[in-house]
Amino acid sequence: MPKTFSKTNPARELVFGDLWEFDPAPETADPKLKKRYDLFINGSFVPPRAEQYFATINPAHETKIADIALADASDVDVACKAAQKAFTGVWGKMPGKERGKYLYRIARLLQDHAREFAIAETLDGGKPIKESRDFDIPMAAAHFFYHAGWADKLEHLAPGRQVAPHGVVGQVIPWNFPLLMLAWKIAPALAAGNCVVLKPAETTSITALKFGEICQEAGLPNGVVNIVSGATETGAAVIQHPLTMKVAFTGSTEVGKSIMRSLAGTDKKLTMELGGKAANIVFDDAPLDQAVEGIVNGIFFNQGHVCCAGSRLLVQESIADEVLAKLKRRIAVLRVGDPMDKNTDLGAINSREQLTKITELVKSGVMEGAEKYDTGCKLPAKGFFFRPTIFTNVSMSHRIAREEIFGPVLGILTFRTPEEAVEKANNTPYGLSAGVWTDKGSRILKMSTLLKAGVVWANTYNKFDPTSPFGGYKESGFGREGGKQGLLEYLKVA
Amino acid sequence: MTTMPAATAPTSLRRLFDEIGTVDQVGIEERVAKFTTRSLKKKSKVFGLRLAVSMVDLTTLEGKDTPGKVASLCQKALRPHDIGDIPPTAAVCVYPAMVKHAKKHVVGTQVKIASVATAFPSGQAPLKTRLAEVHAAVNDGADEIDMVINRGAFLSGEFGRMQDEIAAVVEACGQSTLKVILEVSELETYDNIRAASFLAMRVIRPGDFIKTSTGKTSSNATLGNNQVMLEAIRDHFLATGIPIAMKPAGGIRTAKQALHFLIAVKETLGDDWLNNRRYRFGASALLNDLVRQLEKERTGAYQAPWNFSDATEGY
Repeated sequence: MPKTFSKTNPARELVFGDLWEFDPAPETADPKLKKRYDLFINGSFVPPRAEQYFATINPAHETKIADIALADASDVDVACKAAQKAFTGVWGKMPGKERGKYLYRIARLLQDHAREFAIAETLDGGKPIKESRDFDIPMAAAHFFYHAGWADKLEHLAPGRQVAPHGVVGQVIPWNFPLLMLAWKIAPALAAGNCVVLKPAETTSITALKFGEICQEAGLPNGVVNIVSGATETGAAVIQHPLTMKVAFTGSTEVGKSIMRSLAGTDKKLTMELGGKAANIVFDDAPLDQAVEGIVNGIFFNQGHVCCAGSRLLVQESIADEVLAKLKRRIAVLRVGDPMDKNTDLGAINSREQLTKITELVKSGVMEGAEKYDTGCKLPAKGFFFRPTIFTNVSMSHRIAREEIFGPVLGILTFRTPEEAVEKANNTPYGLSAGVWTDKGSRILKMSTLLKAGVVWANTYNKFDPTSPFGGYKESGFGREGGKQGLLEYLKVA
Repeated sequence: MTTMPAATAPTSLRRLFDEIGTVDQVGIEERVAKFTTRSLKKKSKVFGLRLAVSMVDLTTLEGKDTPGKVASLCQKALRPHDIGDIPPTAAVCVYPAMVKHAKKHVVGTQVKIASVATAFPSGQAPLKTRLAEVHAAVNDGADEIDMVINRGAFLSGEFGRMQDEIAAVVEACGQSTLKVILEVSELETYDNIRAASFLAMRVIRPGDFIKTSTGKTSSNATLGNNQVMLEAIRDHFLATGIPIAMKPAGGIRTAKQALHFLIAVKETLGDDWLNNRRYRFGASALLNDLVRQLEKERTGAYQAPWNFSDATEGY
């Protein structure tokens, strides 16, 4: 009120305090989990031949959820043979129109079971329920719907030429988007007429094995999809098996390189989606609040466990202070904690191993002279958690500016001219994605041709769609996933 | 030899955007969608609902308003429900002719009288007439004046005129609080809403309001235009230290919507704006839905419409 306004309070900071605290809002539905998960081979769940199991834990509480079967080379061999038999016997010769029906059925069943899948994903992987509910699971279903539509239209992918499936494809996926990465791999493979042997990541096998239950419910012919859980050796066995004609891998650049070495000399077709160290470039004419939102979404989405995360913020020097101030105010209201709480924005780090890696890299940032800022928010006593962290005074030679951290850690660098922005953005062995923030349309177009990145987002970040191809330059991999281009990777073109 | 063309001066709107920045529509709508996914349980829900009740400017703005109707509106504002300890609303909002009728019912209470003035809702009257209306309402006892900006002046680039008129109304208000209605649906773009917010904030006093709408056009308060204005208030406050208050009006009918708006306030302007000196809802049907939800939290069951006074719903 004008009359009561006190001029004695010149404080100009906003107070994000505890006047209105949110009560816990936990998601409580039943994820319908089993105590023990066997391998999904040839349409049924079978114990591994060596009868070995490993525990999968909830990273938010460090408690065991279930025992997961550990597949060895002999289990993988059985799976590959089952896939080959399904390919030659049923799936490879089934008309596309019929294959499409199965894909539609899988998509609808994923929607039907969306809630239980979202909860299972969050329990096993630590991501906030909000994200598994609103992003991972709906997006996974969307990939099956999209590819279902392609199944009977494959001849339009390469007009005037013949296309044919490869046969058995071996796929190895990471732990950051377990079910979604499975969908990215399996949906195009099946639409193209291939059969699949897929190995989920060691820490996040549950939704992949639950997907086996969906395949059963959909009445998918036996052997078309096989899920072999396990560790590195299991993945190696899938990739090197003589029956897998095509190999698709998503994961770290280090493992990608070793896979390529191991496959040198074979005629297997390969696609690799590896690491990233993306630049998110903010020009001085950008709509700043939305840019800040994009920066937050770019690096703190899924705790930063995103290969295309905008982990390097390149901001024009003239607005650097303003952007930093806005960013600090924005992350002050991010909620870190129990992933199962519907209000949680950042959940648990996926594993102790990953938490150690993030902690180590953050330490190196401080040692090398960058300035660290975090929100100081309270973290749960148990489980693997890390505060949203920002580094300023980062230079291009710092490890935190060069290495993929894969955690909620942002490094801020400044630039003066567009040319310098491009130089800095491209000065990395990676090239998966980039973001450009400006009000000037022509600059967006120019930047997108100069940035050596597979995806360039303009005035937005981390946007995905089944129709849009996704993949990298340089050490971020090769081949595309999604869209027409992604589907063609699963076909021989003659 | 060709002559160099004279440098064309940027339009004043362009100059203003260079200074205050622009808004990306897709980005801000994504931001506000996140407010709607917040889940309020138990105590935090009751706190939010009670806060919302205390922020309502209970409104009647109809040609058929009578002293009797205004009297019952005032009673409802003072005592939104006959059971429980539900707080009174912030104000009642009426036409100038009704101010003196309302005043006698709320005098001595914490409920304020707000009056729309300045040829509400169009504002299409001579300035002298508009100012006379403000004076009349203030003289009859209005604690708060809700004015409309000159949208015609804004859209034709006459920002000086728009601001001068607001300044004249500020003066006419005297001790009364001013709420400046931008009528966002007629400004159309988020960029325009941000620009108009700044133009208004620069000529009003600490504690005065900017307000979305009259409630008399096709679209009114949305989370999107509310957010544009909250961010403008934040930027203006951080630059000048002057706290401006905010009032979304029109279209907020349910308790759930009101809570989404309040979460936007909590996460954009923080705790200092979570009170009825800094934030209001211009609404009528909203109040009974807030009361209904509070009664549901208290008793565990939804009550029939006839258990709430002045409910317009029925079976």
